[in-house]
Amino acid sequence: MDVIFEYKQILIEGTLVTISLAVLSLLLSIALGLMGAYAKLSPKRGVRRAGELYTLFVRSVPDLVLMMLIFYGGQTLMSQVGALTGLWGYIDINQFMAGVLTLGFIFGAYMSETFRGAILAVPSGQIEAAKAVGMTPSQVFRIVTWPQMVRFALPSFTNNWLVLVKSTALVSVIGLHDLVWNAFTAGRSTHMLFSFMIAVMVIYLIITGLSDVILRAVDRKYAAGVRKA
Amino acid sequence: MEPEQSFYDYLKNISETQSPIDFVLIYDNLDRFVDGALVTLQLTFLALLVGGIIAVPLTIARAYRKPFLSPAIRVYTYVFCGTPLLVQVYLFYFGLGQFTAVQESFLWDPILSSPWWCVMIAFTLNTAAYTTEFLRGAIETTPHGEVEAAKACGMSPYARMRLVVLPSAFRRALPAYSNEVIFTLHGSVIASTVTLQDLLGVGRWLNGRYYLAYEGFLTAMVFYMAIVFMITFAFRLAEKRFLGHLRPRETPQPGAARVAA
Repeated sequence: MDVIFEYKQILIEGTLVTISLAVLSLLLSIALGLMGAYAKLSPKRGVRRAGELYTLFVRSVPDLVLMMLIFYGGQTLMSQVGALTGLWGYIDINQFMAGVLTLGFIFGAYMSETFRGAILAVPSGQIEAAKAVGMTPSQVFRIVTWPQMVRFALPSFTNNWLVLVKSTALVSVIGLHDLVWNAFTAGRSTHMLFSFMIAVMVIYLIITGLSDVILRAVDRKYAAGVRKA
Repeated sequence: MEPEQSFYDYLKNISETQSPIDFVLIYDNLDRFVDGALVTLQLTFLALLVGGIIAVPLTIARAYRKPFLSPAIRVYTYVFCGTPLLVQVYLFYFGLGQFTAVQESFLWDPILSSPWWCVMIAFTLNTAAYTTEFLRGAIETTPHGEVEAAKACGMSPYARMRLVVLPSAFRRALPAYSNEVIFTLHGSVIASTVTLQDLLGVGRWLNGRYYLAYEGFLTAMVFYMAIVFMITFAFRLAEKRFLGHLRPRETPQPGAARVAA
């Protein structure tokens, strides 16, 4: 126990890396998820197919495989594309970026399913009415769709976020100094890997517990004025 | 010239002239990938099988709120569902060696020091935890009338469980279980982090040896995709078989009905 407290600085640093990785991936996944959801609901058949293919692809490839492909293969691809187009000379894909890109891409697909359902749950009459009073598409989204779809999306969104937080552990495999990597290094040098892994588990449970509290507050805000069954 | 040779030449020609991917390298290592796929399948389905068997009694204890047992199982599922699988695997494979008692015990040499066994234990406990939770939901949503009818027929609690509650809960859990199978397959890539040569392990080996990322990882990716498609297909068949009564009925055309009559 004492040894873990001696190493608390390195554990806290790792936790911060893990959290920032998770939050950035979440933002990317929300953006991709919204695009994916609207693609799936598009009247154009080709766009719809593309949205469905996105989910199908992500569902069939394990996260770590994609992460390694992006981390090891992305570097080569970026240099090749850069050399072909002449737009950039050298772009470094570090572990953090590979992590954010992969997790954002993967959870974007899951989010698109979440958002698709939530958008469908907003009564279409309201959207028609908003269009009829002359709102632009962005206004319709900001004023009518978004405030209502959040409530419908939240349960599944929470689930995606919890899975996303757990998936961040995989970046330690490509060498990002996140919570797992730091704890592993500390545990190896002190020969106390079991204790350190337990500490990591406790920290993950604290993160998920805290996000549960926060998301419940968000739910209360967006459910204001809705009668509970 | 044999057809095999000409196919090989064809690959070689493409790889050297047009393609950024070296197909010859993939072709030469195809047997390794097949071995890797077997390791992946073995880990996934063995863990699912044992985990599923463990999950059933745990679920029953949870769903019927057995005192002491149910909260204890909840702690177990909470910890195993709330922490990364990677950390659980590290805990068993690297962690257990911290205790000299474990190292000196009879379990150490054949089991706890081997990466295969540690991965199996972690995967099994993980999938058992997830399965327990969603199966509990399925048991708790058993229509009350089914249980009442079983009681009215004079079934014992054991017969009720075996003949009514479980078969009906398993059916309801089938769609959720297809997700669990796919997530266990996705999770099985973690075996490659503790030196096992599963599909991803072979891809990483290829990348480490030739410093070629696409060949190893893309091939592994294609294999995983094929496995997922097969699993999805199998579940579609199973749902047709076991959930057939829930499928929307095809409404007969008015004209056709008259002809049949």
